[in-house]
Amino acid sequence: MSLLEVDDVVVQFGGVTAVNHASFTAEAGRITGLIGPNGAGKTTCFNVISGLQKPTEGKVRFDGKTVNSTPVHRRSKRGMARTFQRLEAFGSLTVRDNVRVALDIHRGLAGLVKPGRADIDALLERVGIAGYAQERADSIPTGTARLLELARCLAGDPKLLLLDEPSSGLDETETDSFGDLLKDLAAEGRGVLMVEHDMDLVMAVCDVIHVLDFGQVIASGLPTAIRSDPLVQKAYLGYSDVEESEMSDETRHDLPAVDVTTEIPVVAGAVGTREAGR
Amino acid sequence: MSSFVSFTIFGLVSGAAYAIAASGLVLTYTTTRVFNIAHGAFGMVMAFVYWDFVTRQGFPTWVSLALVLLVVAPATGWLVARFVTKGLGEGPVSVALVVTVGLFVGLIGLAQQLWPPAARYVAPFWPEKSFQIGETFITGHQVITILCSVVVAVLLYLLLNRTRIGTAMRASVDNPELLKLFGGRPERVASLSWAIGISLAALAGVLLVSVVGLDYYALTLLVINAYAAAMLGRLKSLPLTFAGAMALGLLTSYASAYLPTEGLLNSVRNVVPALFLFAVIVLMPQAQLRIGQVKGIVSAPLPSLTKCLGWAGALLAFVALLAGWRSEADLLLVGTAATYAIVMLSLVLLTGYGGHVSLAQLTFAGVGALAYAKLEQPNLYGLLLSALIAAGVGALVALPVLRLTGLYLALSTLAFASIMDKMIFQADFAFGFNGTLPAGRLGILGLSIESTGAYVFTMAVFLVLVAFGLLLLRRGVIGRMLIAMRDSPAACGTLGLDIRWFRVGLFGMSAGIAGLAGALFAGLRGTIGSADFQSFNSLPLLLLAVVFGVTSVTGAVLGGTGLMLLPVLSSGDPQLGGLLFAIIGFGAVFAGRDPNGLANLLFRLGRMGESRLGSQIRAKLPVLPGRGEPDPDQGPVDDGSVEVALLDNGSAVGPVDGPVEPVREVGAHVATRG
Repeated sequence: MSLLEVDDVVVQFGGVTAVNHASFTAEAGRITGLIGPNGAGKTTCFNVISGLQKPTEGKVRFDGKTVNSTPVHRRSKRGMARTFQRLEAFGSLTVRDNVRVALDIHRGLAGLVKPGRADIDALLERVGIAGYAQERADSIPTGTARLLELARCLAGDPKLLLLDEPSSGLDETETDSFGDLLKDLAAEGRGVLMVEHDMDLVMAVCDVIHVLDFGQVIASGLPTAIRSDPLVQKAYLGYSDVEESEMSDETRHDLPAVDVTTEIPVVAGAVGTREAGR
Repeated sequence: MSSFVSFTIFGLVSGAAYAIAASGLVLTYTTTRVFNIAHGAFGMVMAFVYWDFVTRQGFPTWVSLALVLLVVAPATGWLVARFVTKGLGEGPVSVALVVTVGLFVGLIGLAQQLWPPAARYVAPFWPEKSFQIGETFITGHQVITILCSVVVAVLLYLLLNRTRIGTAMRASVDNPELLKLFGGRPERVASLSWAIGISLAALAGVLLVSVVGLDYYALTLLVINAYAAAMLGRLKSLPLTFAGAMALGLLTSYASAYLPTEGLLNSVRNVVPALFLFAVIVLMPQAQLRIGQVKGIVSAPLPSLTKCLGWAGALLAFVALLAGWRSEADLLLVGTAATYAIVMLSLVLLTGYGGHVSLAQLTFAGVGALAYAKLEQPNLYGLLLSALIAAGVGALVALPVLRLTGLYLALSTLAFASIMDKMIFQADFAFGFNGTLPAGRLGILGLSIESTGAYVFTMAVFLVLVAFGLLLLRRGVIGRMLIAMRDSPAACGTLGLDIRWFRVGLFGMSAGIAGLAGALFAGLRGTIGSADFQSFNSLPLLLLAVVFGVTSVTGAVLGGTGLMLLPVLSSGDPQLGGLLFAIIGFGAVFAGRDPNGLANLLFRLGRMGESRLGSQIRAKLPVLPGRGEPDPDQGPVDDGSVEVALLDNGSAVGPVDGPVEPVREVGAHVATRG
């Protein structure tokens, strides 16, 4: 039995189908990649899994139980934690207090008696942002804020980590050590489900990859298999043909073509067109 | 049977007017995410303008009507969208609410200023005509009202579905950012929908004025009926809004026809819209947590404990001085200021720290006062019990909105306040119809505090205690969580915080503080009635709290004093009342975006003075051995706590050898204390 099972999930916004009968799983102790072009429905899937979005159809099973009607906070108590594509750090608190709040929430009343300063420092140290402890969270660089969100998640000692584009904003060395951190986290028995655009990172750390396009899972498998999958290449590269790329507005090829092998600087411009509808 | 038909027709006519008003409200809300509490106030002012055109200027009816509906109202709406509500929808709900409440109060003040109280009459349209259906007569005005609502419905349908700008409006409802990306201009959409929205408010006002009368409040408060109707359409759907308006019109009409004319049920007829609103809210589906950080959040300043102690001491000494020196009447005023200040402290917790708005804080004070007045021998336990009862009532109000967003919470407080005003406070078990209740002075350890001076001092002590409680709370676990919840509800949810119950607790606590203030006030005055806690007065209270700074104790104390002074200032000249309202209202419109308010200005001045004087003093002191030169860059910390400031130094100067140790020790010490 998988730690997380997304079973035939459909999400519709008005007339737009953002997720279209998607099914995939994430295992404990493994890093699972969820990739796809912008607007493929990855973040919507995360919202459904974490309970921020009700699916139109389909089921989400976590740790053996269907959690469709479980509220957001209770999913977290059961061991789910997530980060956000658009940052959700507590901007007016310091980095340290961000993690402290997460610990307080996790510990409930027990947190009132135990200050847990050492735990906070350990968490900051672990994700490598201890140097920012006293900065206000809205003043730190994006990459650091993403790591902060991860540290906040870890405060709850989760079984499953949902990471939405965790490495964007990190430089190459930082990404490398982030990859190592992910492997450590998986080695502790946690499941990691990661939406990521940095293909080098995805290929380096993921045990399994699911590819989403137009809300559907078009491929699942080992990184090597995914890399050579023709459907995936088509989804990512689109048509190289100029005439076809000038088709009508309804086609998604008006999005900037995305290079599978590099980090994707063009992403920012494309986010609005298909993902802004969430 | 014929009476049933005529009540049905009457209900449909009121429903038609509500529908017109409500559709304007929905239009402005959906396109700009700003809920216009002042919608009814705009209708009221436009009705006055219409009266002015017809009666004072002597224009023909149709010219006046055209001028109001096609020129004055749209221009007003356009200006409001352009200069007042622009960008508000992206910010915290509390700011948008405060700004429109500011408009609400400001417009009432403006109307009082421009058109001082006098008997005014507005003739119905088509007065000479009436139609007969069976045994029932329908007036020409009623027919026109219904026709207007049909025309409005058709025109809105055509606008939204058959025109380019209408399509842009609908797109703006779904996603203004996306609209911008596709070349649409959300600002234009916003201006247009506000122009139409205020026009519709004006139309509703003009249609209702011959029925309701030209009154500042009656027309303004019709907004409650309008938004109760709009709520059925979840503030989105125009057809459902029309249905809601008709249902509400019928319910109100039948309630006034068939409810018994005695007892509690009699007063139900006055609060049908508010009850309707609660019923609709209970049936609404769970709202999703808002993803995406809220823009423009301002953090509350946090003074050091020593500073707090100093100021608290100064305040108590000042009140003690007044207590021994001023007359009884003046002392009552000081006590009133203390009451308002404590009520405003309840808003510091709810609005300043928590980011929620309550439009019924004085009503909660009234609940506390009522409970206190029922006590046989008021002592500390009784006082606490009164506060707890108010807290319980507050939690009960927040309960139905548990699943919804902050806007609905604020709207239900307005409905709740109106229910309490017209129904509960007037009931026999409460103050009675326009009645009062006697209340004894508080006794502590068996000693009743009979002298007004001592009593006022006791109130000041309570004010200081509540303030300290709040500051401690702000520094602790709950304070951090409140900020976190305001900064990102979605993150709090995914980290495992049950925001809904947290919010109910917060609301209850805030209502409890207000209740405490009310109870103390009852003891101060000796006689209290529902007039002391009129729901409308919660609005200027909120506004003054925000203008003076709803994030700090200083703001609450200043605001409380200001609110106490209002009636004192206007007692000499009744004209001044309207002007003051206008100033407070429009002041809040401009100050509302910064909830730190005037108090923050004082803090800044204080810090400037401190750093100037401080550096002068430091320059004169000899440099101590083992201490480096003071770092000129490291000025006083803006809004962090002492704890943060010291720790800041500890880590910021980490790599440097000399001064680290002592600073870190202090930091650790403060941290464990905190």
